[in-house]
Amino acid sequence: MAVNREKDGAPGFLTTRFEAMLAWGRKYSIWPFTFATACCGIEVMGAFGTHYDIARFGAEVIRFSPRQADMLLVAGTVNYKMAPVLQRIYDQMLEPKWVVAMGACASSGGFYNNYSVVQGIDKFMPVDIYIPGCPPIPEQIIDAIVLIQKMIETGEPRARERWPIKI
Amino acid sequence: MTDKPKSIVLQKLTERFGADIVATHSDFGDDTALVRRERIVEICTYLRDDPDLLFDFAMDLTGVDYLGEEPRFEVVYHLFSLEKKHRVRIKARVPEEDPVIDSVIPVWVGMDWFEREAYDMYGLIFRDHPNLRRILMYEEFEGHPLRKDYPKARRQPTVGPQE
Repeated sequence: MAVNREKDGAPGFLTTRFEAMLAWGRKYSIWPFTFATACCGIEVMGAFGTHYDIARFGAEVIRFSPRQADMLLVAGTVNYKMAPVLQRIYDQMLEPKWVVAMGACASSGGFYNNYSVVQGIDKFMPVDIYIPGCPPIPEQIIDAIVLIQKMIETGEPRARERWPIKI
Repeated sequence: MTDKPKSIVLQKLTERFGADIVATHSDFGDDTALVRRERIVEICTYLRDDPDLLFDFAMDLTGVDYLGEEPRFEVVYHLFSLEKKHRVRIKARVPEEDPVIDSVIPVWVGMDWFEREAYDMYGLIFRDHPNLRRILMYEEFEGHPLRKDYPKARRQPTVGPQE
């Protein structure tokens, strides 16, 4: 975006592309949907609370309906019995949508190397940002949101557009 | 430990059922009786109804997999009497080729979900259980995960959204 100024220095008008304008609006209004199944959920609450205050990044409107959310924040262990539920919630979200796998369990199964836990939610759904940690600190959630904002700004393809990943 | 006199619970059990009580011990004060699985319902009914025993609280039921032993499985019942304040542990061995034992739901209705859990995790069949379905795992799950020969690294296919 280029801002053209008046003679007194005040911004008069700006020229931009429609996509850039849209991205600018989107990046400061990411509405998260939290899918918290374990201790990561507590850190999510901390990040949304007054101290870390994720509202500073325009992501304060927590939507508990997937149809109104832009970002799915999977915080916690996902087992095989929960996977269909998560997948349905993901399917119900409207485009464009981003997915954050928060913590070791959602990213890789964590230390639950057993019969019941899915070894990372990317086994069955696309993931844009992985947050390491067990559990991660609220700053890392903020970092994830900033990374998504960068993705929106640059128009970087989402994981969904590359899904399924073929190795 | 074996020199101590038998508790009233084990004494009455062995008197009443004789050879169907395979073994008993009271190590560390825990009365335990190994019984034959064919008479488990009779034994449990007796434990509940006898005026000296009155085991009205079935606290737990679980399975054990002794892989390599014969019979392979064991069903363990933990009972408590709210009236008499005493406990007993009943065990019954169940072979692998015929992992069937009678359901004790007619005796304690609360054993319903415990038996379903034992079925889910070990594949033990509780005869005449009214609703013997998986309770922890989902319907499509294959195998019984707490069996010792369930491969640790085995992964189940993920199931899509349910209708």
